Amino acid sequence: MWSFSNIANLVHEVLAEHFNPAITLAIEMVIAGVSVIGLFAILGLVLVIMERKVSAWMQIRLGPNRVGPKGMLQSLADTLKLIVKEGMTPNGADKLLFNLAPFIAMIVAMLLMAPIAFAKDLQMWDLNIGILYVSALSSVTVISILMAGWSSNNKFSLLGAMRSGAQIVSYELSAGLSALAIVVLTGSLQISEIITSQANGWWIFKGHIPAIIAFVTFIIAVTAETNRAPFDLAEAESELTAGFHTEYSGMKFALFFLAEYVNVFIMCSIAATLFFGGWMPLHIGNWHKFNHVMDFIPSSIWFFGKTFFLIFVIMWFRWTFPRLRIDQLLDLEWKYLLPITMFNLLLVTAVAILGWHF
Amino acid sequence: MSGTVYCIVAIFVEIPSFMGASSLIVLIIAAIAFSGIAIMLSKLVLKATTNKQKGEPYECGIPTKGETRMRLNVGYYLFALIFLIFDVELVFLYPWAVVAKKAGWIAFAEIIVFFFILFMGFLYAHRKGALKWM
Repeated sequence: MWSFSNIANLVHEVLAEHFNPAITLAIEMVIAGVSVIGLFAILGLVLVIMERKVSAWMQIRLGPNRVGPKGMLQSLADTLKLIVKEGMTPNGADKLLFNLAPFIAMIVAMLLMAPIAFAKDLQMWDLNIGILYVSALSSVTVISILMAGWSSNNKFSLLGAMRSGAQIVSYELSAGLSALAIVVLTGSLQISEIITSQANGWWIFKGHIPAIIAFVTFIIAVTAETNRAPFDLAEAESELTAGFHTEYSGMKFALFFLAEYVNVFIMCSIAATLFFGGWMPLHIGNWHKFNHVMDFIPSSIWFFGKTFFLIFVIMWFRWTFPRLRIDQLLDLEWKYLLPITMFNLLLVTAVAILGWHF
Repeated sequence: MSGTVYCIVAIFVEIPSFMGASSLIVLIIAAIAFSGIAIMLSKLVLKATTNKQKGEPYECGIPTKGETRMRLNVGYYLFALIFLIFDVELVFLYPWAVVAKKAGWIAFAEIIVFFFILFMGFLYAHRKGALKWM
């Protein structure tokens, strides 16, 4: 079978034959870095065109259809346009922080790639505290947003950044508590172990009602954490122009935009890993023949299929719910989601101890 | 020379195929390179001009008035304070969650006590009006 680990071992052996270990390591690191950058750029382009096509579809219009076949190269054209635009720094801005903020956003989005299992054996770092790592790093995004908002010497930016700070910080709690529900069922924080524990069925089916509640709260919290509509108060375009990146233009804006979309992808892939088994094909208990048929579909297709389905759901939210007000937003988290997720964690613990899950 | 480099790098890495903690270094460098190259590229391509209005803060065309970094609603800080308490509690929950299934009903009793105390604090904050937006 051609699996990723075979290819990686092959490359490693070929390199080790010709070079000494230090250079081999350097070359391997360069290959990994370049492939991650490639994945990053492709994800950005694909997600932007997907967003525009989905919103066009929801509103019964055509969407971009001029550049390339069916408008599929539109986001490439947009990137080219953004490259030739000037990335200016406004007067009175804190120059260091202003220019540092997009870098921080990018580094965080990139670092979040490390523990994600894209396919069988395709994972950069399978650390034993994967879920903790993800929840810890995803909250660092708020620093880049606050940095951008405060440094750009603009009232819209500052307001957007403060809102987004309160929002991300609040919704992180329910996201963490919902993820913990699956950790209780699995008994491990490691991504690979969470996936292998779903070899006889995904947790959303195996975990009864508490798993479904956890999934719903997780998706809501993730939508808020990535500043997507209906929780896009940080960049509410009808009241704050563009929120925290009002003053950003050209490539610096593009980096924020890219990091935002990649964050959506990463959070959806975490949701897919926790509740839908990541790259694990659809297995049902001991229906061995059915499971065997499902195994023929490659694991990467399962992973990307689930993730893109969840991304589609999040885009669907955008055209279904009107934007919340800041007080409603905080009420939703502190008065509804947080108690629900706390109670749900108790429920899940009881289910796990009684062994009621499959 | 290459031996020393190897030793330094090998601290972070276990060599064959999977990258381990060294992936973090690769990712950080990749992110900085990607953003840096993108910004440099756009600087090379364009011709920057300057004029008086260009650097002004954007407020839909009207000249901005007063202090930009103004005072903000105290609500933001209150929520940040409550969050701090809850976030620390959440971190305590992670090791608990890993062993909960093995430890059985003891873990369940513990978490009920834990949540009871936490919930009392939450109710206190609620009654004090900290969760109300002014």
